[in-house]
Parts: sequence; structure tokens; C-alpha cells
Amino acid sequence: MPELAPEKQKLPPDHPGFEVEEKVSSPWLEAWKSFKKNKLAITGAVIVLLFILMALLADFIAPYGMNEQSLADKNLAPSSEHWFGTDDFGRDILSRVIFGARISLWVGFFAVLGSAVVGSLLGIIAGYFGRWVDTIISRIFDIMLAFPSILLAIAVVAVLGPSLRNALIAIAIINIPNFGRLVRSRVLSVKEEEYIMSAKAIGMSNGRILFSHVLPNSIAPIIVQGTLAIATAIIEAAALGFLGLGAQPPQPEWGKMLADSRQYIIQAPWTVFFPGLAIMLTVLGFNLMGDGLRDALDPRMKN
Amino acid sequence: MFSYTIRRILMLIPVLIGMTLIVFSLIRAIPGNPAQVILGQQASKEAVASLTKELGLDNPWYVQYFDYIKGILTGDLGTSLRTSSAISGEIWNYLAATIELSFVAMVIAVVIGVNAGIISAWFQNSWFDYLAMFIALVGVSMPIFWLGLMEQWGFSIELGWLPSTGREDVRNPIEAITNLYLIDTLIQGRFDQFVTAFKHLILPSIALGTIPMAIIARMTRSSMLEVMKSDYIRTARAKGQSMFLVVYKHSLKNAIIPVLTVIGLQSGLLLGGAILTETIFGWPGIGTYIYDAIGFRDYPVIQSGILVVATIFVFINLIVDLLYAAFDPRIKYN
Repeated sequence: MPELAPEKQKLPPDHPGFEVEEKVSSPWLEAWKSFKKNKLAITGAVIVLLFILMALLADFIAPYGMNEQSLADKNLAPSSEHWFGTDDFGRDILSRVIFGARISLWVGFFAVLGSAVVGSLLGIIAGYFGRWVDTIISRIFDIMLAFPSILLAIAVVAVLGPSLRNALIAIAIINIPNFGRLVRSRVLSVKEEEYIMSAKAIGMSNGRILFSHVLPNSIAPIIVQGTLAIATAIIEAAALGFLGLGAQPPQPEWGKMLADSRQYIIQAPWTVFFPGLAIMLTVLGFNLMGDGLRDALDPRMKN
Repeated sequence: MFSYTIRRILMLIPVLIGMTLIVFSLIRAIPGNPAQVILGQQASKEAVASLTKELGLDNPWYVQYFDYIKGILTGDLGTSLRTSSAISGEIWNYLAATIELSFVAMVIAVVIGVNAGIISAWFQNSWFDYLAMFIALVGVSMPIFWLGLMEQWGFSIELGWLPSTGREDVRNPIEAITNLYLIDTLIQGRFDQFVTAFKHLILPSIALGTIPMAIIARMTRSSMLEVMKSDYIRTARAKGQSMFLVVYKHSLKNAIIPVLTVIGLQSGLLLGGAILTETIFGWPGIGTYIYDAIGFRDYPVIQSGILVVATIFVFINLIVDLLYAAFDPRIKYN
């Protein structure tokens, strides 16, 4: 990351990266040191890690099967046998929350991966080639951002039909302009750097310049944006599930679980409490981690 | 400023055209025969053919688009397939309910958010600061549909303090004039109904306002901290001016710019969030209108509902941008 180099001298003395500046050469190592000192960021990373482990090991740690029904045990309050209680089908809520982590993390990660790849490509093309290419792509981003995002997602699902896969596609689409704009602005600032000019002067191809110089320079902000976008994507997926436009029964998706349990909120409030808590904690984890990454990787983005 | 205003308004045109194109494509992008999908598999050939004709789907797309734009410009938003009445006639009632809800939510978000941010900045690193920023952190990560359900459970079901659904007491219905019930009840001098309408607003507007409130609080705090470090604030404090004067007169004026930006951005979240909040609280707003339309595959309503909300969002952002320029003379637009 050559363009970070001149930034170092400008760091204020109270900046976490300041004192290690002499000893460390790699900006990534420097970022890690600063991330490590940020308690909130580490808390976020631990929460995220716990949910990832929960999703991976769901088959081993869930006390019951995700769709194991026992109609005799319906709407039981939390107890030593069912820590989070049971739902209207007598299914163990703890087990469903654990399996639900798989769905939410899967949707969050792949939706954001999709929008990051497509958005970055469009952003690079717009920023590097400029002129009418830039105008067209940027206007498309403007138009997409003119819709409140959840509304655009609803529109996409209304066309494709309700399912978890279509919810993922919808969330990926609505997040494309955020990545596109971010990468475009990075490209615009990198494009004027001297080493890009010299690469051009020695006859390097556009493709090679884009992928070996311009793209690596945008990785840090993409990671930051990506982490924060996963948080939003998880909420959006749960929202679509809640509206009946995402995951379909009997998938243990957190938003869908909330929607199905709503009618029992009087007799069995725990059926509504725990899935929502799981959404909130996961999202909080990604938000804390994203904020920490932003402070560590890209001091200029800091408020 | 004047030329900026003109240019900013002209920039809206391609965005508005693009929006109508997207919304217009909605129904045509349905895989297969849209009329068949809307009516279901059992529908007769005649019914499908007549709906195709009614929706104008048998014309070439540019003719359809031209008709669509012509309709919008003359105030024709199409006909609801479910109620068979003109959408432009029924949409205002829903829209008014959403505007009332969003407005109250935004007022809550701004008043609490800005003040919590100021106090947090003033008493930086105090217990209040930590508590407020912790609440703000959790608030940002809150799924509003869950918060809404928890509010219903706590304040309606368990405590019984506030109504859990609707806008009014069905046994004592409010006579609608503008459909903004807070205003309608005041015009009619029905203070009992004003109180009822207000009580119905409390839970949904808190649910809807929480995320913007949290973001505004964080934003206000960080921009206040920056402003408070500046020389002229230190001078004002050294001169012995009271805290109230220093904060509200000097710092707030400078801190308002970033906060304004956030408010502009949040209005989109608010309008989108309204759909979720409305379905939870049975609030008869535009979110409920669109949500019900999805269930009935009432595509004209889905299209027009989305278009109307997005248009409002675009215009709110226009106003925010213009205010932004008016508030800060240092900003120059080239």
C-alpha cells in the first residue's frame, strides 16, 4: 500500500499507530496492532467468532434436531431441558437458534461477497475509464440509491418470488452501489499517483494496472465496508424472512422464527425473545468489528 | 447558491426517470406470463387475456412505458387489482399515516439523539457518556421488528400501559380530515381523541426512531468533541459563559452540518423501516399497503407504492442538500 506511506508522518502523537511506527514496516501488521488494542473491536470479533463456531458445529452442539417436533412439549418455558424453551410445534428454540446461525451467516457472507465483487468491478471500470462509462455506471448507482434499500429488496423478491435464495440475491443487488462508489473514489485518487503514470508510460496494459496496482489499493476499505455490510445484510435477510419474503418454513431462520412466534407472544414470549436476541448480537458483533477495522485499516475514514 | 439549487434540481431528472424505469420493469420482469402469475395457475385463458389487456402488457414495451409516464404525469397511478379502485385515490390515506409515524419517530430521534450526544461530549468519559454510547451501539444493531415485538410484549401485554396495534380506538373512531390524526383531532377540538391518537403513536415511533436516534447521538457526540476543542469555544468557556450558552449557541451551530447529513440519510432508513414497523403495529400506512399488496400479487399497488416512497426519499435528500449549503457558507459547489 504505497499510498499509505506519506500518511504516517501526519499521524497525531495520540494515535495508536504512532509509537509502533518505527518498528513496523507492514501497514497490515500495524493495523493488526492497533486493532488488538481496541477492546470494543476485540469484543466484536469474539462475538462473530462464537457465532461462526456455533454455525459450523451446530450438528454437535445443538441439544435437539432443528425440526425435531414433540407436540406434547409445545410452548414450554425455558428450563434445564430446554434452555430457551420450546415453540408451538414443541421444537427446541436453542437448537433452532443455533442452526439459524448457519442461515444468517451464510446469507450475510455470500450476499456481501456478491455485491463486493460486482460493485468493485463496476467501480473500477467507472473510475479507471471515466467519461461516458463512468457517467452511465454512476447514474445507475444514483438511481439504485434513490430507493430505500429494504424497499428495493422487497421489489426484487416481489419479482423473483419469495425464497431464501432470492432474498440473498436481492440483498446482494441492493448493496452493489455502496461498494461501487467506494471503489470508484479509490480508483480516482490512485489513478493520479505517479507510479500508475509510470506503469502506463512503460506500456503496461490497462488490465494489468487495474488488477495489480489499483485493486490492491482498494482492499482495505472494501474489507471495512464488507464487515459493516454483513451486519446490515443479516438484518435485511431477517427482515425479509420476517415479512415472509425470505426463508420458508421449516427453515430455522431467525426472522422467520420471530414472525411465526408472534401470535404466541402472550403465552410464550420466549419464542420471540431468543431469535431476536441472536440477530441483535450477531449484528452487534459485526458492527463492532467493522468499526475497529475501520479505525485500524483506514484512519482517514474515522469520524 | 441559486445556481447550485438549479443544478441540484436538474440532477434529479435522470434519477426520477431511472426510478420510473425500474418500477415500470417490475411487473414485466416477472418470469413467465405476468398476468398468469398474478391470477394463479387455475385462472382461465379469458381472464388472463383480459388482465393482459387491462395492464397493457400486449403492447410493445416503449408504448407501455410512454403510457405509464403519461399516467404518472396526469396523476394516474394505476388501478388496484384487489380493490378495483384508483390507487391515486386511496394512497393518500395510507401515506398520511406513514408521514405522521415517520415524523414523530424523527422528532424523537433528533431531540433525544442530539441532546444525548451533546451531554455525552460535554461529560466525556463519564458514566453517562459510557451508558449513552453503549445504548447507541446496541441501538444501531437493533432489528426494529424485534424491538417492536418486545415493546408490545412489555408495554402492552405485561404492563398494559399503551395500545399495541392500530391508530385509533375503534369504538371511538376519529373523523378524518387530513388523515394526520394528531392534526385532525386538534382541529375538531377533540382532546380526548388527540391523547388516544398520541398513545397509539408512542410504541411504533420509538421502534422506528431507535436506529436513527442511535446514529444521530454518535454523530453529534463526535462532531461536538471536535468543535469543543476549537479555540473560540475554549475562549467562551474561559470568559465564564454558562455551559448552556456555550454549547447551544456556539457548538451546536457548527455540529449541525454532519448531523443534518445523517438525518437526510436516515430518512431512507425510516421510510424503509416504516414497512416493518407498520406490519408489527398494524399501522395502516404505506408499508402495510405495499405489504398487503405483495400477498395479493397486486403489482400496480406494489409499483406505485414503491415509486411514491422513493420519490419522497429523493425529495427529502434534495431538501437536506439545499439546507446543507445554506447552513455552511464555507461549502462551495463547483
